[in-house]
Amino acid sequence: MVAAARAPHAGWLADALAEVRRDPRAADGVFPLAGRRVGRDPLRPGTDPAGVVHGTVDDAARAAVVLALDAAHRGDAQRLAEHLADLYREGDTAERRGVLRGLDVLTLAAGRDLPGPLVAVGRDLAADALRANDTSLVAAAVGPFAAAHLDQHTWRHAVVKLVFQGTSLDAVAALDERADDELARMARDLAAERRAAGRAVPDDLARLTAPAPAADRGPGADDPGGFVPAPTRTAETEEP
Amino acid sequence: MRIFDPHVHMTSRTTDDYEAMYAAGVRAIVEPAFWLGQPRTSVGSFVDYFDALLGWERFRAAQFGIRHHATIALNPKEANDPRCTEVLDLIPRYLAKDGVVAVGEVGYDAMTPAEDEAFARQLALARDAGLPVLVHTPHRDKQAGTRRTLDVVRESGLPPEHVLVDHLNETTVAAVRDAGAWAGFSIYPDTKMDEHRMVAILREYGTERMIVNSAADWGRSDPLKTWRTGMTMLEQGFTEDDVDRVLWRNPVEFYGQSGNLVLDPVPGFVAEAPPAPATFEGSSVLRGVRA
Ligand SMILES: [Zn+2]
Repeated sequence: MVAAARAPHAGWLADALAEVRRDPRAADGVFPLAGRRVGRDPLRPGTDPAGVVHGTVDDAARAAVVLALDAAHRGDAQRLAEHLADLYREGDTAERRGVLRGLDVLTLAAGRDLPGPLVAVGRDLAADALRANDTSLVAAAVGPFAAAHLDQHTWRHAVVKLVFQGTSLDAVAALDERADDELARMARDLAAERRAAGRAVPDDLARLTAPAPAADRGPGADDPGGFVPAPTRTAETEEP
Repeated sequence: MRIFDPHVHMTSRTTDDYEAMYAAGVRAIVEPAFWLGQPRTSVGSFVDYFDALLGWERFRAAQFGIRHHATIALNPKEANDPRCTEVLDLIPRYLAKDGVVAVGEVGYDAMTPAEDEAFARQLALARDAGLPVLVHTPHRDKQAGTRRTLDVVRESGLPPEHVLVDHLNETTVAAVRDAGAWAGFSIYPDTKMDEHRMVAILREYGTERMIVNSAADWGRSDPLKTWRTGMTMLEQGFTEDDVDRVLWRNPVEFYGQSGNLVLDPVPGFVAEAPPAPATFEGSSVLRGVRA
């Protein structure tokens, strides 16, 4: 949100948030406009030039709109949940990312105390996003909300899907806390499959098969240059 | 070389593809129902899609001399969306149609309880309709997914020779062959399986119950991968009869179990022999083709 506030149309976002706080339905018009008004630049261009891993300026603006909606619905979690479901279902991919990243912001604010209706709707929307092939939508569904509220099976599949599509695991919130033996087993199987095929093994698989203490893992997510595109094609979409 | 592509999503392809496929020797295809990249949100969306597979796409293929068949199912990915699962009630109606040669693609995507339910239910529909089944194996956790797939097939009581387990690779082929099912391989640029790896697998396991497809769709794919596999087989010492078995007789035997294949030439297209590999190589279709 700091980045969004520095964007060219910072005044537009502030006005829009004020309007949403007065009238929650204003969000329905603000959501599709956000990219045109605040831009679509990556939030962390140094490590994430496409804005897939950590999101974009318009993702952050829409997340701020979700936070404003929370205020506008005045603690009525059921109505907020229904509104978020509408914004997601009627939204394009960028708007859907905005809802997911908004749920992340709400989760960080509320922690484990996120109201039940929001947890339920968030799980549904994350499951929908995790079935998609658009890499940015999948990456937006593995943040703090997912870390706190997805079941272990769904969460493991989400992590392996990121490796599959070639998105850095830096996108995953609380990776080390939630990684378990079954995830390591899945990662080892995938590495074996790639070796049997004579294909390159994605570097990120090593983070899952042999989880190292955070201090040993080299450059952090904010360190520019940490993102290096793989020289051979290790990524793929899930074709029929 | 005559070619039956047993798995290709032609609704995502152009008429240029149809022309190139015919020129390469493709005379019959099967288009499995699957997802469209963008999730469906209602049963009506499936109905229109199934109707298009059996109607417009069959007509379109026929314009290019290719016999088009379909498999019908609720795919595993969308089996997870409650807005879509009611389509299961409509599937028996489609299984009775002309040109529907199997139930498919069914199987696992993320291995959820909803996928278990849709998979088991559609295996029962196949048994009731007397149709074979095309089973998709998952991209993630493929080895565990393939083992679980074979367990579910065994529990269904379907004869294994009625089941084609697709998208296999070096780590999953043995289990499928041991189970007595047909083994399917999708030949893709760079990823799942390529023609050289495929020929190595054929050398190791033989040509019996082995099926090769292009699985061409809206992703990076190539509807001539069946032909390229045949050419690679010939280059590496397989006979023309071996190629005919893998690219024509095997898929015809598998889908023929439906009693619903149409293989005579499309009216207006002469029953001439498909191009021999040597003459085809010199034709315009091959220009610009990657090795
Ligand atoms: Zn397919």
